[in-house]
Amino acid sequence: MKYLLLKHYRGGPAPVADMEPIDRWTPADVDAHMQYMRDFAARLEETGEFVDAQALAPEGTFVRSGGEGRPPVTDGPFAETKDLIAGWMVIDVESWDRALELAAELSAAPGAGGVPTDEWLEIRPFLTEAATVTE
Amino acid sequence: MNESLLRELVPAVIGVLVRRGADFASAEDAVQEALIRALDTWPDDPPRDAKGWLVAVAWRKFLDATRSEASRRGRELAVEAEPPAGPAPATDDTLRLYFLCAHPTLPPASAVALTLRAVGGLTTRQIAAAYLVPEATMAQRISRAKRRIAGLPLDQPGDLATLLRVLYLVYNEGYGGDVDLAAEAIRLTRQLVALTDEPEVAGLLALMLLHHARRASRTGPGGRLVPLREQDRSLWDTVLIAEGVTILQTALARDRLGEYQAQAAIAALHADAPSTAETDWVQIVEWYDELLRLTGSPVVRLNRAVALGEADGARAGLAALADVDPGVPRYAAVAAYLHERAGHVERAAQLYAEAAGAATSVPEQHHLTREAARVRQRLQA
Repeated sequence: MKYLLLKHYRGGPAPVADMEPIDRWTPADVDAHMQYMRDFAARLEETGEFVDAQALAPEGTFVRSGGEGRPPVTDGPFAETKDLIAGWMVIDVESWDRALELAAELSAAPGAGGVPTDEWLEIRPFLTEAATVTE
Repeated sequence: MNESLLRELVPAVIGVLVRRGADFASAEDAVQEALIRALDTWPDDPPRDAKGWLVAVAWRKFLDATRSEASRRGRELAVEAEPPAGPAPATDDTLRLYFLCAHPTLPPASAVALTLRAVGGLTTRQIAAAYLVPEATMAQRISRAKRRIAGLPLDQPGDLATLLRVLYLVYNEGYGGDVDLAAEAIRLTRQLVALTDEPEVAGLLALMLLHHARRASRTGPGGRLVPLREQDRSLWDTVLIAEGVTILQTALARDRLGEYQAQAAIAALHADAPSTAETDWVQIVEWYDELLRLTGSPVVRLNRAVALGEADGARAGLAALADVDPGVPRYAAVAAYLHERAGHVERAAQLYAEAAGAATSVPEQHHLTREAARVRQRLQA
Protein backbone atom coordinates (compact mmCIF):
# COMPACT_ATOMS: atom_id res chain seq x y z
CA MET A 1 0.00 0.00 0.00
CA LYS A 2 1.34 3.37 -0.96
CA TYR A 3 1.17 6.42 1.28
CA LEU A 4 2.08 10.05 0.77
CA LEU A 5 3.94 11.77 3.59
CA LEU A 6 3.52 15.52 3.26
CA LYS A 7 5.81 17.98 4.95
CA HIS A 8 4.45 21.50 5.43
CA TYR A 9 6.29 24.79 5.73
CA ARG A 10 3.28 25.97 7.68
CA GLY A 11 -0.27 24.92 8.38
CA GLY A 12 -1.42 21.81 10.21
CA PRO A 13 -1.80 21.42 13.98
CA ALA A 14 0.15 23.69 16.32
CA PRO A 15 3.77 22.60 16.73
CA VAL A 16 4.56 20.72 19.96
CA ALA A 17 7.47 23.01 20.72
CA ASP A 18 8.42 26.46 19.56
CA MET A 19 10.92 25.90 16.81
CA GLU A 20 13.28 28.44 15.32
CA PRO A 21 12.82 28.69 11.54
CA ILE A 22 15.52 26.70 9.74
CA ASP A 23 17.33 29.82 8.51
CA ARG A 24 18.17 30.65 12.14
CA TRP A 25 19.82 27.27 12.79
CA THR A 26 23.58 26.78 12.59
CA PRO A 27 24.83 25.54 9.21
CA ALA A 28 25.88 22.30 10.88
CA ASP A 29 22.33 21.77 12.17
CA VAL A 30 20.93 22.42 8.70
CA ASP A 31 23.36 19.87 7.24
CA ALA A 32 22.43 17.33 9.90
CA HIS A 33 18.73 17.84 9.15
CA MET A 34 19.23 17.28 5.41
CA GLN A 35 21.49 14.30 5.99
CA TYR A 36 18.85 12.72 8.21
CA MET A 37 16.30 12.95 5.37
CA ARG A 38 18.75 11.45 2.86
CA ASP A 39 19.69 8.62 5.23
CA PHE A 40 16.04 7.94 5.90
CA ALA A 41 15.28 7.66 2.17
CA ALA A 42 18.34 5.46 1.59
CA ARG A 43 17.27 3.15 4.41
CA LEU A 44 13.79 2.84 2.93
CA GLU A 45 15.27 1.94 -0.42
CA GLU A 46 17.14 -0.87 1.31
CA THR A 47 13.98 -2.16 2.98
CA GLY A 48 12.17 -2.06 -0.37
CA GLU A 49 9.72 0.62 0.82
CA PHE A 50 10.91 3.77 -0.95
CA VAL A 51 8.98 5.11 -3.93
CA ASP A 52 9.64 8.81 -4.37
CA ALA A 53 10.70 12.00 -2.61
CA GLN A 54 10.57 15.61 -3.70
CA ALA A 55 11.21 18.96 -2.05
CA LEU A 56 9.32 22.05 -3.20
CA ALA A 57 10.28 25.71 -3.27
CA PRO A 58 8.07 27.90 -1.06
CA GLU A 59 7.40 30.29 -3.95
CA GLY A 60 4.50 29.64 -6.25
CA THR A 61 1.05 30.85 -7.03
CA PHE A 62 -2.53 29.74 -7.51
CA VAL A 63 -3.61 29.63 -11.13
CA ARG A 64 -6.82 28.98 -13.01
CA SER A 65 -8.21 29.15 -16.51
CA GLY A 66 -9.29 32.66 -17.50
CA GLY A 67 -11.75 31.31 -20.07
CA GLU A 68 -11.28 30.32 -23.68
CA GLY A 69 -8.79 32.52 -25.56
CA ARG A 70 -7.86 34.39 -22.37
CA PRO A 71 -4.59 34.15 -20.45
CA PRO A 72 -4.44 32.13 -17.22
CA VAL A 73 -5.47 34.00 -14.08
CA THR A 74 -3.04 33.85 -11.16
CA ASP A 75 -3.49 34.60 -7.50
CA GLY A 76 -0.23 34.83 -5.62
CA PRO A 77 2.22 34.82 -4.03
CA PHE A 78 0.66 32.70 -1.30
CA ALA A 79 -0.84 34.49 1.66
CA GLU A 80 1.09 34.17 4.93
CA THR A 81 -1.76 32.21 6.48
CA LYS A 82 -1.96 29.58 3.77
CA ASP A 83 -1.08 25.97 4.47
CA LEU A 84 2.15 25.51 2.48
CA ILE A 85 3.58 22.20 1.34
CA ALA A 86 7.37 21.85 1.62
CA GLY A 87 7.76 18.46 -0.01
CA TRP A 88 6.70 14.84 0.02
CA MET A 89 7.84 11.31 0.30
CA VAL A 90 5.95 8.33 -1.11
CA ILE A 91 6.37 4.98 0.64
CA ASP A 92 5.06 1.51 -0.25
CA VAL A 93 4.51 -0.49 2.95
CA GLU A 94 2.64 -3.49 4.31
CA SER A 95 0.32 -1.67 6.67
CA TRP A 96 -1.04 1.62 7.98
CA ASP A 97 0.82 1.02 11.24
CA ARG A 98 4.11 0.70 9.40
CA ALA A 99 3.34 3.92 7.52
CA LEU A 100 2.71 5.73 10.82
CA GLU A 101 5.89 4.32 12.30
CA LEU A 102 7.98 5.56 9.37
CA ALA A 103 6.30 8.96 9.31
CA ALA A 104 7.03 9.38 13.02
CA GLU A 105 10.64 8.48 12.41
CA LEU A 106 10.88 11.06 9.65
CA SER A 107 9.24 13.64 11.90
CA ALA A 108 12.02 13.16 14.45
CA ALA A 109 14.60 14.73 12.10
CA PRO A 110 17.06 16.82 14.14
CA GLY A 111 16.49 20.56 14.35
CA ALA A 112 18.36 23.39 16.07
CA GLY A 113 20.98 22.03 18.47
CA GLY A 114 20.26 18.49 17.25
CA VAL A 115 16.94 18.38 19.12
CA PRO A 116 14.31 16.39 17.18
CA THR A 117 11.85 18.74 15.49
CA ASP A 118 8.92 16.31 16.02
CA GLU A 119 7.13 18.33 13.36
CA TRP A 120 3.65 17.34 12.15
CA LEU A 121 3.61 15.39 8.91
CA GLU A 122 0.46 14.73 6.94
CA ILE A 123 -0.11 11.15 5.81
CA ARG A 124 -2.52 10.11 3.05
CA PRO A 125 -3.24 6.72 1.47
CA PHE A 126 -3.03 6.41 -2.32
CA LEU A 127 -6.06 5.27 -4.23
CA THR A 128 -5.04 2.23 -6.27
CA GLU A 129 -5.46 1.98 -10.04
CA ALA A 130 -6.84 -1.55 -10.05
CA ALA A 131 -10.32 -2.23 -8.71
CA THR A 132 -10.66 -5.66 -7.14
CA VAL A 133 -13.28 -7.82 -8.83
CA THR A 134 -16.15 -7.76 -6.37
CA GLU A 135 -19.11 -9.32 -8.16
CA MET B 1 12.16 -14.82 -29.95
CA ASN B 2 9.36 -16.35 -27.92
CA GLU B 3 9.59 -14.44 -24.64
CA SER B 4 6.97 -16.52 -22.86
CA LEU B 5 8.84 -19.73 -23.71
CA LEU B 6 11.99 -18.17 -22.29
CA ARG B 7 10.17 -17.20 -19.10
CA GLU B 8 8.68 -20.66 -18.69
CA LEU B 9 12.19 -22.10 -18.55
CA VAL B 10 13.27 -19.93 -15.59
CA PRO B 11 12.07 -22.07 -12.64
CA ALA B 12 13.47 -25.26 -14.19
CA VAL B 13 16.87 -23.61 -14.75
CA ILE B 14 16.93 -22.38 -11.13
CA GLY B 15 16.16 -25.99 -10.16
CA VAL B 16 19.12 -27.30 -12.16
CA LEU B 17 21.51 -24.85 -10.47
CA VAL B 18 20.19 -25.71 -7.01
CA ARG B 19 20.63 -29.42 -7.71
CA ARG B 20 24.18 -28.73 -8.76
CA GLY B 21 24.83 -27.32 -5.30
CA ALA B 22 24.07 -23.61 -5.66
CA ASP B 23 22.07 -21.99 -2.85
CA PHE B 24 18.66 -20.69 -3.91
CA ALA B 25 19.47 -16.98 -3.57
CA SER B 26 22.63 -17.14 -5.71
CA ALA B 27 21.03 -19.48 -8.24
CA GLU B 28 18.07 -17.15 -8.64
CA ASP B 29 20.33 -14.12 -9.11
CA ALA B 30 22.42 -15.98 -11.70
CA VAL B 31 19.35 -17.07 -13.65
CA GLN B 32 17.96 -13.51 -13.59
CA GLU B 33 21.24 -12.29 -15.10
CA ALA B 34 21.13 -15.02 -17.74
CA LEU B 35 17.51 -14.10 -18.48
CA ILE B 36 18.40 -10.44 -19.02
CA ARG B 37 21.26 -11.50 -21.31
CA ALA B 38 18.90 -13.78 -23.24
CA LEU B 39 16.33 -11.00 -23.71
CA ASP B 40 19.16 -8.87 -25.05
CA THR B 41 20.90 -11.31 -27.39
CA TRP B 42 18.37 -13.93 -28.48
CA PRO B 43 16.46 -11.71 -30.91
CA ASP B 44 19.60 -11.50 -33.09
CA ASP B 45 21.22 -14.76 -32.18
CA PRO B 46 18.70 -17.38 -31.01
CA PRO B 47 20.26 -20.49 -29.45
CA ARG B 48 19.40 -23.95 -30.76
CA ASP B 49 18.87 -25.32 -27.25
CA ALA B 50 17.23 -22.57 -25.21
CA LYS B 51 17.31 -24.36 -21.87
CA GLY B 52 20.89 -25.57 -22.37
CA TRP B 53 21.95 -22.00 -23.16
CA LEU B 54 20.26 -20.62 -20.04
CA VAL B 55 21.74 -23.31 -17.80
CA ALA B 56 25.24 -22.76 -19.20
CA VAL B 57 25.12 -18.96 -18.94
CA ALA B 58 23.49 -18.98 -15.49
CA TRP B 59 25.98 -21.54 -14.18
CA ARG B 60 28.87 -19.40 -15.45
CA LYS B 61 27.33 -16.32 -13.78
CA PHE B 62 26.95 -18.30 -10.57
CA LEU B 63 30.58 -19.47 -10.66
CA ASP B 64 31.80 -15.92 -11.37
CA ALA B 65 29.81 -14.52 -8.47
CA THR B 66 30.91 -17.29 -6.12
CA ARG B 67 34.53 -16.94 -7.21
CA SER B 68 34.63 -13.19 -6.62
CA GLU B 69 32.90 -13.70 -3.29
CA ALA B 70 35.45 -16.39 -2.37
CA SER B 71 38.39 -14.23 -3.40
CA ARG B 72 36.96 -11.34 -1.40
CA ARG B 73 36.98 -13.58 1.60
CA GLY B 74 40.33 -15.13 0.64
CA ARG B 75 38.87 -18.59 0.53
CA GLU B 76 39.23 -21.44 -1.90
CA LEU B 77 36.33 -22.15 -4.17
CA ALA B 78 34.67 -25.45 -3.39
CA VAL B 79 32.37 -25.77 -6.37
CA GLU B 80 34.23 -25.67 -9.64
CA ALA B 81 33.35 -28.38 -12.08
CA GLU B 82 29.84 -28.92 -13.38
CA PRO B 83 28.46 -31.75 -11.29
CA PRO B 84 25.75 -33.85 -12.90
CA ALA B 85 22.19 -32.87 -12.10
CA GLY B 86 20.67 -34.89 -9.26
CA PRO B 87 17.95 -37.49 -9.71
CA ALA B 88 15.01 -35.29 -8.64
CA PRO B 89 12.59 -34.60 -11.50
CA ALA B 90 12.27 -30.99 -12.61
CA THR B 91 8.54 -30.80 -11.84
CA ASP B 92 9.23 -31.23 -8.11
CA ASP B 93 11.84 -28.47 -8.26
CA THR B 94 9.32 -26.05 -9.72
CA LEU B 95 6.65 -26.95 -7.18
CA ARG B 96 9.13 -26.38 -4.35
CA LEU B 97 10.00 -23.00 -5.83
CA TYR B 98 6.34 -21.99 -5.74
CA PHE B 99 6.12 -22.83 -2.04
CA LEU B 100 9.45 -21.23 -1.19
CA CYS B 101 8.64 -17.94 -2.96
CA ALA B 102 5.23 -17.77 -1.26
CA HIS B 103 6.59 -18.77 2.13
CA PRO B 104 4.29 -17.73 5.01
CA THR B 105 7.14 -15.83 6.73
CA LEU B 106 7.31 -13.36 3.81
CA PRO B 107 5.19 -10.20 3.66
CA PRO B 108 2.65 -10.59 0.82
CA ALA B 109 4.22 -7.87 -1.38
CA SER B 110 7.62 -9.59 -1.14
CA ALA B 111 6.16 -13.03 -1.85
CA VAL B 112 4.43 -11.63 -4.92
CA ALA B 113 7.63 -10.02 -6.22
CA LEU B 114 9.77 -13.09 -5.63
CA THR B 115 7.18 -15.39 -7.22
CA LEU B 116 6.97 -13.21 -10.32
CA ARG B 117 10.75 -13.22 -10.69
CA ALA B 118 11.75 -16.79 -9.78
CA VAL B 119 8.66 -18.70 -10.94
CA GLY B 120 7.26 -16.24 -13.48
CA GLY B 121 10.59 -15.36 -15.09
CA LEU B 122 9.90 -11.61 -15.11
CA THR B 123 12.75 -9.14 -14.78
CA THR B 124 13.08 -6.86 -11.77
CA ARG B 125 12.40 -3.90 -14.04
CA GLN B 126 9.12 -5.38 -15.29
CA ILE B 127 7.96 -6.15 -11.75
CA ALA B 128 8.93 -2.67 -10.54
CA ALA B 129 7.02 -1.07 -13.41
CA ALA B 130 3.98 -3.25 -12.73
CA TYR B 131 3.87 -2.19 -9.08
CA LEU B 132 4.89 1.44 -9.72
CA VAL B 133 7.99 1.50 -7.54
CA PRO B 134 11.62 2.27 -8.54
CA GLU B 135 13.65 -0.67 -9.81
CA ALA B 136 16.18 -0.28 -6.97
CA THR B 137 13.39 -0.56 -4.39
CA MET B 138 12.01 -3.70 -6.03
CA ALA B 139 15.50 -5.22 -6.26
CA GLN B 140 15.98 -4.65 -2.54
CA ARG B 141 12.56 -6.05 -1.73
CA ILE B 142 13.44 -9.24 -3.60
CA SER B 143 16.90 -9.66 -2.08
CA ARG B 144 15.53 -9.07 1.42
CA ALA B 145 12.87 -11.70 0.78
CA LYS B 146 15.58 -14.12 -0.32
CA ARG B 147 17.65 -13.42 2.78
CA ARG B 148 14.58 -14.06 4.89
CA ILE B 149 14.02 -17.52 3.43
CA ALA B 150 17.74 -18.37 3.14
CA GLY B 151 18.50 -21.71 4.68
CA LEU B 152 14.92 -22.93 4.61
CA PRO B 153 14.89 -26.52 3.40
CA LEU B 154 13.55 -26.85 -0.14
CA ASP B 155 12.00 -30.25 0.45
CA GLN B 156 9.41 -29.41 3.11
CA PRO B 157 5.73 -29.43 2.23
CA GLY B 158 4.66 -25.83 1.68
CA ASP B 159 1.65 -23.84 2.78
CA LEU B 160 -0.93 -24.13 0.03
CA ALA B 161 -3.33 -21.49 1.40
CA THR B 162 -0.58 -18.83 1.39
CA LEU B 163 0.55 -19.82 -2.08
CA LEU B 164 -2.96 -19.55 -3.50
CA ARG B 165 -3.46 -16.19 -1.81
CA VAL B 166 -0.25 -14.88 -3.41
CA LEU B 167 -1.36 -16.01 -6.86
CA TYR B 168 -4.79 -14.44 -6.35
CA LEU B 169 -3.12 -11.17 -5.28
CA VAL B 170 -1.20 -11.15 -8.55
CA TYR B 171 -4.42 -11.82 -10.47
CA ASN B 172 -6.23 -8.94 -8.82
CA GLU B 173 -3.51 -6.46 -9.74
CA GLY B 174 -4.72 -6.60 -13.36
CA TYR B 175 -2.57 -4.78 -15.87
CA GLY B 176 0.66 -3.15 -14.73
CA GLY B 177 3.29 -1.61 -16.98
CA ASP B 178 3.85 -3.83 -20.02
CA VAL B 179 2.93 -6.97 -18.09
CA ASP B 180 -0.56 -8.40 -17.98
CA LEU B 181 -0.45 -9.58 -14.37
CA ALA B 182 -3.87 -11.22 -14.52
CA ALA B 183 -2.79 -13.33 -17.48
CA GLU B 184 0.48 -14.07 -15.72
CA ALA B 185 -1.38 -15.23 -12.59
CA ILE B 186 -3.50 -17.53 -14.76
CA ARG B 187 -0.39 -18.97 -16.41
CA LEU B 188 1.27 -19.61 -13.04
CA THR B 189 -1.90 -21.16 -11.58
CA ARG B 190 -2.40 -23.32 -14.66
CA GLN B 191 1.16 -24.58 -14.27
CA LEU B 192 0.53 -25.23 -10.57
CA VAL B 193 -2.57 -27.29 -11.42
CA ALA B 194 -0.34 -29.53 -13.55
CA LEU B 195 2.11 -29.94 -10.65
CA THR B 196 -0.36 -30.68 -7.86
CA ASP B 197 -3.43 -32.75 -7.15
CA GLU B 198 -5.38 -30.26 -5.06
CA PRO B 199 -8.98 -29.37 -5.97
CA GLU B 200 -8.50 -25.91 -4.45
CA VAL B 201 -5.75 -25.11 -6.97
CA ALA B 202 -8.15 -26.08 -9.74
CA GLY B 203 -10.82 -24.02 -7.98
CA LEU B 204 -8.60 -20.94 -8.03
CA LEU B 205 -7.79 -21.48 -11.72
CA ALA B 206 -11.50 -21.82 -12.51
CA LEU B 207 -12.25 -18.65 -10.54
CA MET B 208 -9.58 -16.69 -12.41
CA LEU B 209 -10.75 -17.97 -15.81
CA LEU B 210 -14.39 -17.14 -15.05
CA HIS B 211 -13.48 -13.63 -13.89
CA HIS B 212 -11.11 -13.17 -16.82
CA ALA B 213 -13.82 -14.18 -19.27
CA ARG B 214 -15.77 -11.09 -18.26
CA ARG B 215 -12.84 -8.69 -18.28
CA ALA B 216 -13.74 -6.90 -21.53
CA SER B 217 -17.22 -6.06 -20.24
CA ARG B 218 -16.08 -4.91 -16.82
CA THR B 219 -14.69 -1.54 -17.93
CA GLY B 220 -16.31 1.05 -20.12
CA PRO B 221 -14.92 4.14 -21.87
CA GLY B 222 -12.00 5.73 -20.00
CA GLY B 223 -11.60 2.73 -17.73
CA ARG B 224 -15.02 3.31 -16.15
CA LEU B 225 -16.17 0.42 -13.97
CA VAL B 226 -19.27 -1.32 -15.30
CA PRO B 227 -21.21 -3.27 -12.64
CA LEU B 228 -22.26 -6.83 -13.40
CA ARG B 229 -25.93 -5.95 -13.94
CA GLU B 230 -25.00 -3.46 -16.70
CA GLN B 231 -22.33 -5.53 -18.44
CA ASP B 232 -22.70 -6.36 -22.13
CA ARG B 233 -22.83 -10.14 -21.81
CA SER B 234 -22.12 -10.64 -25.51
CA LEU B 235 -18.55 -9.54 -24.71
CA TRP B 236 -18.03 -12.44 -22.33
CA ASP B 237 -15.46 -14.97 -23.54
CA THR B 238 -17.47 -18.18 -23.87
CA VAL B 239 -14.39 -20.33 -24.48
CA LEU B 240 -12.83 -19.24 -21.16
CA ILE B 241 -16.18 -19.71 -19.40
CA ALA B 242 -16.52 -23.25 -20.77
CA GLU B 243 -12.99 -24.07 -19.68
CA GLY B 244 -13.52 -22.60 -16.22
CA VAL B 245 -16.78 -24.49 -15.73
CA THR B 246 -15.22 -27.80 -16.82
CA ILE B 247 -12.25 -27.35 -14.46
CA LEU B 248 -14.61 -26.40 -11.63
CA GLN B 249 -16.90 -29.40 -12.17
CA THR B 250 -13.95 -31.79 -12.11
CA ALA B 251 -12.69 -30.17 -8.90
CA LEU B 252 -16.11 -30.24 -7.21
CA ALA B 253 -16.50 -33.93 -8.07
CA ARG B 254 -13.54 -34.64 -5.78
CA ASP B 255 -15.79 -33.64 -2.89
CA ARG B 256 -13.18 -31.57 -1.07
CA LEU B 257 -14.78 -28.17 -1.14
CA GLY B 258 -12.75 -25.06 -0.38
CA GLU B 259 -13.21 -21.31 -0.61
CA TYR B 260 -11.88 -20.93 -4.15
CA GLN B 261 -14.14 -23.67 -5.49
CA ALA B 262 -17.11 -22.03 -3.78
CA GLN B 263 -16.21 -18.62 -5.21
CA ALA B 264 -15.74 -20.15 -8.64
CA ALA B 265 -19.17 -21.78 -8.34
CA ILE B 266 -20.70 -18.35 -7.74
CA ALA B 267 -18.77 -16.91 -10.70
CA ALA B 268 -19.96 -19.84 -12.84
CA LEU B 269 -23.61 -19.15 -11.97
CA HIS B 270 -23.16 -15.53 -13.04
CA ALA B 271 -21.38 -16.60 -16.23
CA ASP B 272 -24.22 -18.97 -17.04
CA ALA B 273 -26.99 -16.36 -16.78
CA PRO B 274 -28.29 -14.35 -19.76
CA SER B 275 -29.14 -11.39 -17.47
CA THR B 276 -29.23 -10.31 -13.81
CA ALA B 277 -32.95 -11.08 -13.68
CA GLU B 278 -32.43 -14.60 -15.03
CA THR B 279 -29.58 -15.37 -12.61
CA ASP B 280 -30.07 -18.25 -10.18
CA TRP B 281 -29.75 -16.06 -7.09
CA VAL B 282 -31.17 -18.71 -4.79
CA GLN B 283 -28.32 -21.04 -5.63
CA ILE B 284 -25.84 -18.18 -5.32
CA VAL B 285 -27.08 -17.49 -1.78
CA GLU B 286 -26.57 -21.18 -0.99
CA TRP B 287 -22.99 -20.98 -2.20
CA TYR B 288 -22.43 -17.87 -0.07
CA ASP B 289 -23.72 -19.88 2.90
CA GLU B 290 -21.10 -22.55 2.11
CA LEU B 291 -18.46 -19.88 1.72
CA LEU B 292 -19.41 -18.30 5.03
CA ARG B 293 -19.18 -21.70 6.71
CA LEU B 294 -15.70 -22.19 5.19
CA THR B 295 -14.24 -18.75 5.87
CA GLY B 296 -16.40 -16.89 8.40
CA SER B 297 -15.32 -13.81 6.46
CA PRO B 298 -17.23 -10.55 7.01
CA VAL B 299 -16.67 -9.71 3.32
CA VAL B 300 -18.53 -12.88 2.37
CA ARG B 301 -21.33 -11.91 4.75
CA LEU B 302 -21.56 -8.55 2.95
CA ASN B 303 -21.69 -10.12 -0.53
CA ARG B 304 -24.25 -12.62 0.72
CA ALA B 305 -26.51 -9.70 1.66
CA VAL B 306 -26.36 -8.48 -1.95
CA ALA B 307 -27.25 -11.92 -3.29
CA LEU B 308 -30.07 -12.26 -0.78
CA GLY B 309 -31.35 -8.86 -1.87
CA GLU B 310 -31.62 -10.21 -5.42
CA ALA B 311 -33.10 -13.56 -4.39
CA ASP B 312 -35.68 -12.41 -1.82
CA GLY B 313 -35.93 -8.66 -2.38
CA ALA B 314 -34.14 -5.58 -1.08
CA ARG B 315 -35.76 -5.77 2.36
CA ALA B 316 -34.35 -9.25 2.92
CA GLY B 317 -30.97 -7.94 1.77
CA LEU B 318 -31.15 -5.05 4.24
CA ALA B 319 -32.13 -7.45 7.03
CA ALA B 320 -29.05 -9.56 6.23
CA LEU B 321 -26.94 -6.41 6.13
CA ALA B 322 -27.89 -5.72 9.75
CA ASP B 323 -25.64 -8.67 10.74
CA VAL B 324 -22.63 -7.26 8.88
CA ASP B 325 -19.93 -5.19 10.58
CA PRO B 326 -20.22 -1.65 9.10
CA GLY B 327 -16.42 -1.43 9.18
CA VAL B 328 -16.12 -3.93 6.30
CA PRO B 329 -14.79 -2.35 3.09
CA ARG B 330 -17.58 -1.52 0.59
CA TYR B 331 -20.25 -1.71 3.30
CA ALA B 332 -21.61 1.74 2.41
CA ALA B 333 -21.69 0.88 -1.31
CA VAL B 334 -23.75 -2.26 -0.67
CA ALA B 335 -26.04 -0.42 1.75
CA ALA B 336 -26.57 2.31 -0.85
CA TYR B 337 -27.52 -0.24 -3.53
CA LEU B 338 -29.98 -2.09 -1.28
CA HIS B 339 -31.55 1.11 0.05
CA GLU B 340 -32.13 2.43 -3.46
CA ARG B 341 -33.80 -0.85 -4.43
CA ALA B 342 -35.94 -0.65 -1.31
CA GLY B 343 -37.09 2.80 -2.41
CA HIS B 344 -35.10 4.80 0.16
CA VAL B 345 -33.66 7.11 -2.47
CA GLU B 346 -32.57 9.93 -0.16
CA ARG B 347 -30.72 7.50 2.11
CA ALA B 348 -29.15 5.83 -0.96
CA ALA B 349 -27.82 9.16 -2.24
CA GLN B 350 -26.16 9.87 1.11
CA LEU B 351 -24.71 6.37 1.30
CA TYR B 352 -23.30 6.46 -2.24
CA ALA B 353 -21.51 9.74 -1.46
CA GLU B 354 -20.18 8.18 1.74
CA ALA B 355 -19.10 5.05 -0.19
CA ALA B 356 -17.23 7.18 -2.75
CA GLY B 357 -15.31 8.78 0.10
CA ALA B 358 -14.32 5.35 1.41
CA ALA B 359 -13.30 3.86 -1.96
CA THR B 360 -9.74 2.56 -2.18
CA SER B 361 -9.29 2.61 -5.96
CA VAL B 362 -9.71 5.26 -8.63
CA PRO B 363 -12.23 3.28 -10.77
CA GLU B 364 -14.33 2.47 -7.69
CA GLN B 365 -14.31 6.07 -6.50
CA HIS B 366 -15.33 7.27 -9.95
CA HIS B 367 -18.11 4.69 -10.20
CA LEU B 368 -19.55 5.45 -6.77
CA THR B 369 -19.42 9.20 -7.35
CA ARG B 370 -21.42 8.69 -10.56
CA GLU B 371 -23.92 6.52 -8.69
CA ALA B 372 -24.29 9.22 -6.03
CA ALA B 373 -24.91 11.79 -8.77
CA ARG B 374 -27.40 9.52 -10.56
CA VAL B 375 -29.44 8.90 -7.40
CA ARG B 376 -29.30 12.60 -6.50
CA GLN B 377 -30.80 13.38 -9.94
CA ARG B 378 -33.54 10.82 -9.35
CA LEU B 379 -34.39 12.70 -6.16
CA GLN B 380 -34.69 16.00 -7.99
CA ALA B 381 -36.72 14.57 -10.88
